[in-house]
Amino acid sequence: MAGEKILLEDVRKSFAGRAVLDGVNLAIEPGESLAIIGQSGSGKSVTLKCILGLIRPDAGRILVDGEDVTAMRPAQLEKLRTKFGMLFQGSALFDSLPVWRNVTFGITQGRMREPARMRMIAEENLERVGLDGRILNLRPSELSGGMQKRVALARAIAPRPEIIFFDEPTTGLDPIRADVINDLIVSLVDDLGVTALTITHDMASARKIAHRVAMLYQGRIIWRGPRDRLYDSGNPYVDQFVLGRAEGPIK
Amino acid sequence: MMSGSVPRAVIAAFAAIGGLIVAMLAEIGRVTRFAALTIGRALTPPYYPGRLLEQLGHIGWLSLPVVGLTAIFTGAALAQQIFTAGSRFSAQSTVPAVVVIGMVRELGPVLVGLMVAGRVSSAMAAEIGTMRVTEQLDAMTTLRTDPFRYLLSPRLFAGVIALPLLVLVANAIGIFGGYLLAVHKLGFNASNYLAVTRRVLRADDFQMALVKAAVFGFFMALMGCYHGYRTAGGAAGVGRSTTNAVVSAFVLIILSNLLITIAAFG
Repeated sequence: MAGEKILLEDVRKSFAGRAVLDGVNLAIEPGESLAIIGQSGSGKSVTLKCILGLIRPDAGRILVDGEDVTAMRPAQLEKLRTKFGMLFQGSALFDSLPVWRNVTFGITQGRMREPARMRMIAEENLERVGLDGRILNLRPSELSGGMQKRVALARAIAPRPEIIFFDEPTTGLDPIRADVINDLIVSLVDDLGVTALTITHDMASARKIAHRVAMLYQGRIIWRGPRDRLYDSGNPYVDQFVLGRAEGPIK
Repeated sequence: MMSGSVPRAVIAAFAAIGGLIVAMLAEIGRVTRFAALTIGRALTPPYYPGRLLEQLGHIGWLSLPVVGLTAIFTGAALAQQIFTAGSRFSAQSTVPAVVVIGMVRELGPVLVGLMVAGRVSSAMAAEIGTMRVTEQLDAMTTLRTDPFRYLLSPRLFAGVIALPLLVLVANAIGIFGGYLLAVHKLGFNASNYLAVTRRVLRADDFQMALVKAAVFGFFMALMGCYHGYRTAGGAAGVGRSTTNAVVSAFVLIILSNLLITIAAFG
């Protein structure tokens, strides 16, 4: 199974006796963009946090470039995280810092160093996501939801990661702004040549962003396939979910 | 045989008490581990001296007005109380001595500890708790920045450094408050009052005040950081953390004040 950028083998995680991940198996190839779809509470965010080492799984292995994340010590995890960028669902920008320090936080690790160069790097990355230097000194609270998402996107790509995670990238945005974010993600993934993993329950987003889609249900991957097969999966669970029907096998 | 004759209610009561003790010990263990992590991480790079200075400003400089006001009014009220109570057995002359000892050994450190805990522990818990529920702490970790080094250690060390400095200021202002009231209202001679104050005051009184202040600063910051870091459950969770931080900081300050006083004089 060599060659996968990320490989999950029988990953399990329970909280207070409730199994959230119940044997997840998943492989993501280098340069691939994969979307995981599933209901709220199905374990999508937990999967991402397990890969990042923010949550330690109870069992199973998670390999990133062949290295087992679950066996790593904190210092090794910190080093591994240079490979990752992440766009959080609520943007998770640091309220107390201006935009330019937010964007360059992954480079400076929060320290105030080379401010002129950092402002330039911030401006370059903001331009990549369609924003300009006029917002460099603003605080996140002074930006709209869509602009906050873009700034968070700029922050995720600024350290030039090899892998980017997108956690519900279009949640809370109107359909037009959501599509703008989808386009941005597609162009960034193509331009930067990164491996991308998106979790979403926005079908339009999944179809636009991903090469392949996997569905997580009751802690397991129950279907995976190319995005073109999403509405023609032959799986009743996937059909019910993507068509948004109240009736079906998912209760 | 015994268990058969012991009423279920008694067993249930013992079980409840046992459960509480186990929960308390577990909490003490978690707090101790958290404190060790916060101190330990500060000893290895990267260091954040700028964050330490920033927190010294928040905890020390910005607390000066409330600490100063509390100290001057308390010093003056203490002088009036000692004068009134002392007049019952012709001991009015003890006012300068009691004010200075009372302020430096007890009231200065405890009042500063409580005032700053009310102002700062709650703010720390609310800020860090909000960062937790909005995933800012997770974002920080994914950006290869350890929240312990960046957020928590500077707050803990700033608390330990700032509180003794604030207590020195509060003691001076409190003694001055007593002096003002004694001289301008109670008719004490100004130079005699100051002479008695200087004669009574000893270096070990200040040492005790500074030790107490450093301990109070540690607990005040630790409780703010600990409860903020462990926040869960959205806005309601932030509210709970803030309350828990202030209440636990108050209890630890009062308890440690008693233990230090007994250790020194008991």
